[in-house]
Amino acid sequence: MIEIDKLSKVFQSQDGEDVVAVRNFSVAIAKNEFVSLVGPSGCGKSTMLRLVAGLIPPTVGTILIEGVPVREPRQDTGIVFQSPTLLPWATVADNVLFPLKMMHQMAVDSLDKANALLGLVGLAGFEKKYPRELSGGMQQRAAICRALIHDPGILLMDEPFGALDALTREEMSLELLRIWTEQPKTILFVTHSIPEAVLLSDRVIVMSARPGEIVEIVEVPLPRPRSFAVEARSEFQDCAQHIRKLIFGARDEHDGAPS
Amino acid sequence: MLVVLIGVWEGAVDLFRIPVYLLPAPSAIWSDSVAIAGTVAGHTAATLHTVLVGFVVSFAISLPLAVLLTSSPYVSNALYPLIVLTQSIPKIALAPILIVILGANELPRIVITFLVAFFPLVIAIATGMLTVPPELIELGRSYKASRLQELYRIRLPYAVPFIFGGLKVAIALAVVGAVVAEFVNADKGLGYLIITATAFFQVPVAFGALILLSVMGIVLFQAVVIIERVFFPWSAVNQEAVIV
Ligand SMILES: Nc1ncnc2c1ncn2[C@@H]1O[C@H](COP(=O)(O)OP(=O)(O)O)[C@@H](O)[C@H]1O
Ligand SMILES: [Mg+2]
Repeated sequence: MIEIDKLSKVFQSQDGEDVVAVRNFSVAIAKNEFVSLVGPSGCGKSTMLRLVAGLIPPTVGTILIEGVPVREPRQDTGIVFQSPTLLPWATVADNVLFPLKMMHQMAVDSLDKANALLGLVGLAGFEKKYPRELSGGMQQRAAICRALIHDPGILLMDEPFGALDALTREEMSLELLRIWTEQPKTILFVTHSIPEAVLLSDRVIVMSARPGEIVEIVEVPLPRPRSFAVEARSEFQDCAQHIRKLIFGARDEHDGAPS
Repeated sequence: MLVVLIGVWEGAVDLFRIPVYLLPAPSAIWSDSVAIAGTVAGHTAATLHTVLVGFVVSFAISLPLAVLLTSSPYVSNALYPLIVLTQSIPKIALAPILIVILGANELPRIVITFLVAFFPLVIAIATGMLTVPPELIELGRSYKASRLQELYRIRLPYAVPFIFGGLKVAIALAVVGAVVAEFVNADKGLGYLIITATAFFQVPVAFGALILLSVMGIVLFQAVVIIERVFFPWSAVNQEAVIV
């Protein structure tokens, strides 16, 4: 359970001006719920994720996870960044084991676990390779394994498929759904793809730009398990269309800048 | 290429009857040097020793110094002027003073070698540690890495290509430093050999020492390159993309 209450984050820009990245953001995310965050770029999605991760402190408001205020990164959180951010000097397996090493949780079976995870995302046989020997999509899969290695209850993903080509992207979203079904966890997923958000999520938080505020939290009325077949259903289309209107409607009032 | 150059050199000296004290022929350099091969080997070993000890000391001091410099802006503000000061002192002028202080032995030569070689190394290592992408630092923070873990697991490994860049400059400078120190005060070493040989107009021997110094520089440089390739292949690969 993640409870975010009236959260605001203000940054100081270089010239000393205040930049309100997130304003008055409140939502309660249930355990093992899959929630997406969509909105125009610069609307504070990454900032929200960093706040929930405990990497930066809120200016106003609170974040409670299981009733405890978040003040620093927590052991039961896994993060996938927009770029794979693998350590170039470590093998794929060592990269996956990184969280365990940092948190002093290495056990005798940790390597087996890393290998099993890599197998799960189709990277069996690449354990001893270095990141540069992997394609972008493969690197991002390894990064997902890294976020899962310590069995986090919460998974934070910041446009994890953003840099991938469309085919790999679709394949990865199904893979993510499969992992989430097998190992249920609370997922907060940032994306700029509306169909991706609808396909994956229980709820989609739609944000507006500057200041980043919640426009609406949209329930996705689609049964699970889901596959690409659901994209043909009218509920899917309606839901995606509704979100699109929320984003572009909100944006037309401002500057209408393309994303 | 090298063979052609030596051939032209030999031929030119022959043809224009260049006096041996101006430019000795390669054959003369070879025969005069080989004639005292034992002595030359001794001098080479002495210089090599000073170079290697000075180089290792440079690395041993530069690494913690760079870590210290990058640890906080206060430390760096306090230390940088001191380090720059050591570089603004002309080493050749410092050498006689150091000999008075430290005695007429190898120690002042090692100190000079260190002073010449360590500066680019410190700068290279510090630069590497400061240019770690913020994403990698954030990755460490996400998984609760301590400052020490951040240093060992992220900053230092990231700096490895920079460290080797610095080591390559440092090894070349270490040879320069050792020879400069030998010019000022030594009873052995290739620098000393050049001084004494020229004093007695044994120019071919001086040239032989010069060539040995160049070869030493090249071999030591290549040794650093090979160490990097063997032990840090990912670092060597990164650099090939940039340099080669
Ligand atoms: N560390 C920071 N310092 C100053 N401004 C920041 C910082 N991080 C983000 N911002 C600003 O906050 C706003 C939201 O950024 P971000 O959360 O990255 O948006 P998104 O991920 O939705 O594209 C932007 O205007 C950005 O310039
Ligand atoms: Mg972002």
